[in-house]
Amino acid sequence: MAAATEAPAAAALRGDSTLTGTGTLVRFMLRRDRIRIPVWILALTLSTLMTASNLRTTYATAEGRQSRAALVDSPAGIAFSGPGYGLDDYTYGAMLANEVLGFVAIFVALMSVLLFTRHTRTEEEAGRAELIRASVLGRHAPITAALIVVGGANVGLGALMTLALGGSGIETVTWPGSLLFGASLTAVGLFFTAVAAFTAQVTEYGRGAAGMAGAAIGVAYALRAVGDIGDGALSWLSPIGWAQATKVYVDDRWWPLALAVVGAAALLAIAFAVTTRRDVGAGLMPPRPGPRTASPFLSTPLGSALRLQRAGLLWWSVSMAALGAVYGAFAGDVQDAVGGNETIQEWVQTVPGSDLTERFLGVIMAMLATVCGIYAVLALQKPRGEETAGRAEPVLAAAVSRTRWLTGHLVVALAGSVVVLLLSGLGVGVTAAFSAGDAGLLYAMPGAALAYVPAVWVTAGAAVALFGLAPRAIGLAWAVVVYAVVVTMFGGLLQFPGWMNDLSPFGHVPQLPGAGMSWPPLLILTAIAAALTAVGLAAFRRRDLTLH
Amino acid sequence: MSEQTTNPIEVSGLVKTFGRTRALDGLDLSVRTGEVHGFLGPNGAGKSTTIRILLGLLRADAGSARLLGGDPWRDAVRLHRRIAYVPGDVDLWPNLTGGQAIDLLARLRGGLDRARRDDLCDRFDLDTSKKGRTYSKGNRQKVALVSALASDAELLILDEPTAGLDPLMEAVFQECIFEAKAAGRTVLLSSHILAQVEKLCDRVSIIRLGRIVESGALDRMRHLTRTTIEAETARPPAGLDGLPGVHNVRSEDGRVRFDVDGEHLGAAVHRLAEFDIRGLVSQPPTLEQLFLRHYGEELAENGVPVEQAADGDAARDGGEK
Repeated sequence: MAAATEAPAAAALRGDSTLTGTGTLVRFMLRRDRIRIPVWILALTLSTLMTASNLRTTYATAEGRQSRAALVDSPAGIAFSGPGYGLDDYTYGAMLANEVLGFVAIFVALMSVLLFTRHTRTEEEAGRAELIRASVLGRHAPITAALIVVGGANVGLGALMTLALGGSGIETVTWPGSLLFGASLTAVGLFFTAVAAFTAQVTEYGRGAAGMAGAAIGVAYALRAVGDIGDGALSWLSPIGWAQATKVYVDDRWWPLALAVVGAAALLAIAFAVTTRRDVGAGLMPPRPGPRTASPFLSTPLGSALRLQRAGLLWWSVSMAALGAVYGAFAGDVQDAVGGNETIQEWVQTVPGSDLTERFLGVIMAMLATVCGIYAVLALQKPRGEETAGRAEPVLAAAVSRTRWLTGHLVVALAGSVVVLLLSGLGVGVTAAFSAGDAGLLYAMPGAALAYVPAVWVTAGAAVALFGLAPRAIGLAWAVVVYAVVVTMFGGLLQFPGWMNDLSPFGHVPQLPGAGMSWPPLLILTAIAAALTAVGLAAFRRRDLTLH
Repeated sequence: MSEQTTNPIEVSGLVKTFGRTRALDGLDLSVRTGEVHGFLGPNGAGKSTTIRILLGLLRADAGSARLLGGDPWRDAVRLHRRIAYVPGDVDLWPNLTGGQAIDLLARLRGGLDRARRDDLCDRFDLDTSKKGRTYSKGNRQKVALVSALASDAELLILDEPTAGLDPLMEAVFQECIFEAKAAGRTVLLSSHILAQVEKLCDRVSIIRLGRIVESGALDRMRHLTRTTIEAETARPPAGLDGLPGVHNVRSEDGRVRFDVDGEHLGAAVHRLAEFDIRGLVSQPPTLEQLFLRHYGEELAENGVPVEQAADGDAARDGGEK
């Protein structure tokens, strides 16, 4: 008993506490992230600054800015970007507040979640935390150190953003407003750091923790989208909504950020309490046992590829159907919202016989299709991941040819992208049919989606060809899909030249139902996809496996 | 049919370079039907590279490799039906259970004996319902072992298969290899656990810097190399130092200890007899001594005297016997 009472006193004398070793850990984390954190901060600041100066060159006149305000003031515009403050006098500052802050906030949240999970749950899962915790280290030290590092990154980002925007010299982008802009981003970042601190306690797996926190970001975006279209009540449940509620550059209100700080403090309190009560490596959700044997289908290359990609395919199907449904819901409002706009009328008349609703749905479908291209590339990163992780080795040492193994993943990617496309089209079709009162859209939209199958397959083909020819450079496949996304989303807005659109495989697809069907481009795209795939399969048979 | 008469593994002059590193430098290796062949060498000597060429995962730059009479690169799939492979570092799919991984790998190979699979899981004490991400290194290794041993493969290629297993499981593994041998299967066992190789293998090949420096039956190799003699004589022996093939003579309290090359053993014992032998212990070289003979240079470079390293172990082994 005497020893027990003496021990804490002795510990206090030596300076031992639950935070012992935090400083060392902070330095260690900063050392590991000495590239990663600066890249995040610089990339986010620079892209925001470039967007701001682009806005100034694109909308040089007050009329231009007001026509932009009209676009933003539509249900689709509100759902996509923000609630719309200061639309009467749509200054560059108001543009930043309405259309840019929300998106940057999403990326800041993403940065916080990824960084925090990387230093906490992922370390525990890999067993490295065990080594660290076995040394002289307080129980709260790992979570505190991660909080200091990620919180510090958010503060640094907010400060740099303030300096960049405040010093940009763009009229109406004031210094006090820029300080609030930066502080809003920091607040959102801190909130999602706390969310990640909480989810890191819940599950045993780093990917699961990051996935749950990432889903929270998605929910936050959806809540504010729905809230902003409605009476705004739901937006007050969203951290991204709180950032936008500051009305930065318009009213400069600071108090909504208090909600983020209080919310973050509450989540952190729970996380800190749990972290001392649970075992190192354990989560609140115990792992479930699985089947003791494999089904015959699982034991085929196709079956195992499908099983490995099942969760991803399921998430993409649900998300794309939901995203399609959100956009489809605006089909009925488009005519009323922007039908009177002359520029829009001219644009509609470029395709004879079409109406605004159909043209709108055609553009929406093109955007959704490029997002489905992301799925195709992700699905084809899987075989490369299996290869570099060393799991392809025992499979290919079995009686499985390389062609059959890769074909398994290829079938999942190609068929999966058809499913994802079809569901996004169906999502648009269902809500558009109700909203516009046109049952025909129920069939027309899935059909419009399927027209993009060859374009998505070309993207997939590029990934396969890289996998075979230059596996280390498979990341270049992202260039194809990112290019397509950017050109499709912003090509019209920023008035890119026509050849830029032609370079994207998606640029050749007829934008049904707002345009006429045209088979030749689809057949040519299919042929290109087949050729790229054949090249990839053949090259993979000829090269060494990457082994470690 | 002609495949019956050829060796399951026949490699000659194999060369593989990675950039500027020459991982294999004219490697020759032959493994005979029905034998357990030890493939010895330290990390980085080229064991895994050889095995991966035999599996058709890497393509050789020069030389020839025949696996079960076929070309390992061209006939990979056909050949893989007849072999089973266990890598040294097993990485499992994080979201599949161990049982699923066993079945998956075995069925991709062409099927497995369900009763034998369950029996092996019991013997290796493996919980097949746990997800891959929760297994320890030893348990991941067991998954790959069970999957390979439960198959009907005629050739087992094992690349340091027991790294991470505890001594109990090591014993189970040795039992399984004896059973495989009794069933007429051929085993290529790459390892650096010399005691394991000594116990299991009929023949061994020692690899150094991408070449085989010694290959043959373990008994014969022992014969050709130094034997350690420890003798008690009535009179202190003299002149042993000067004999050809005799090394490391040390004597104390009327006991003498020295190493002698195989072909000079007779002469040395003859000389010893002149001093009236009271007791004589002769110890064949351990595999460790054989191995260290080829790696003496590296050890010397790292500051470890070779004779001492070998002696120390010989003394320990002697003490146990």
